[in-house]
Amino acid sequence: MALATYSDTRVATVGDYFALLKPRVMSLVIFTGLAGIVAAPGHIGPVTGFVALLCIAVAAGASGALNMAYDADIDRLMSRTATRPIPMGAIAPGEALGFGWTLAVAAVALMGLFVNFVAAALLAFTVFFYVGVYTLWLKRRTPQNIVIGGLSGALPPAIGWAAVTGSLSLTPILLVAIIFLWTPPHFWALSLWRSDDYARAGVPMLPVVRGKTATRRQILAYTAVLVPLGLAPAFVGAAGPLYFVCASAIGVWFAIEAFATFRETDEVREPAARRLFRVSLVYMFALFAALIAERLLHLPVLAALV
Amino acid sequence: MSDIDDKARRRRNLAVALALGALVVLFYIMTMVRVHP
Repeated sequence: MALATYSDTRVATVGDYFALLKPRVMSLVIFTGLAGIVAAPGHIGPVTGFVALLCIAVAAGASGALNMAYDADIDRLMSRTATRPIPMGAIAPGEALGFGWTLAVAAVALMGLFVNFVAAALLAFTVFFYVGVYTLWLKRRTPQNIVIGGLSGALPPAIGWAAVTGSLSLTPILLVAIIFLWTPPHFWALSLWRSDDYARAGVPMLPVVRGKTATRRQILAYTAVLVPLGLAPAFVGAAGPLYFVCASAIGVWFAIEAFATFRETDEVREPAARRLFRVSLVYMFALFAALIAERLLHLPVLAALV
Repeated sequence: MSDIDDKARRRRNLAVALALGALVVLFYIMTMVRVHP
């Protein structure tokens, strides 16, 4: 994949480098990583916990910078991404590569040296999967790009868990599975009203390759698996009533919007898909916020109450 | 180079210096935590 041509139009600001880290994606990764740390049994010192979270955040940011470096040529063709620092000519792709790889290596090394090697290995795998498997291999080749590539975005709770315990178990794998199954309906909802953008850039997103009807069906199918799976942590002794109520209520809301998206006829504005996209963000935030709140407030798990 | 470019470059240098300083402090603290758990 050739790096995009760089034309120097202005000097990069600190804000440009910050934007390179995809701060909004990073905030979600920090949040789910924190949930993994908080939910894990055992103790982690506050400084070590902070370092673990910092490493997860920096590696996520590094992955974002590397993604922008390798995808600069298609980013400049899509309205959603055309204002990113590389298409705007503020940062050269090579500079973003150097920045990204430096941060990625530093984050993994720091995790290995100061936290543990299981968490470091998982972190390295996450960066490799996002950059190597998703960005360089799948993104331009298959409509399953975000399904398989979604694994990298799903791993932070497992990394957080491993930072505390040095191992993995059923609970972190469940949390990973929830984010993994949440990713397709979340991104396909976005791609329904951004399909022209993706078509212009030649990215084979599902609505571009298989059409919007097939995409709506797939969104509904993934939602039908995701919503029940979202309740599973409460049944394996990993979450309590607060989590169960949040996952049930917002899960039903998620399913209603997925069904509305399935039946949507306004293919220009796609109002249901826009609502589904927003609800999917609320769903993810609420599930992990409930999990964190229960642990911090020492609330009992559901299994202890029945 | 314009004044705006010059200011942007100075802010970048400051950000790099602050990040490096924070790393030094972090490495010191982590080393102390490891040496005296």
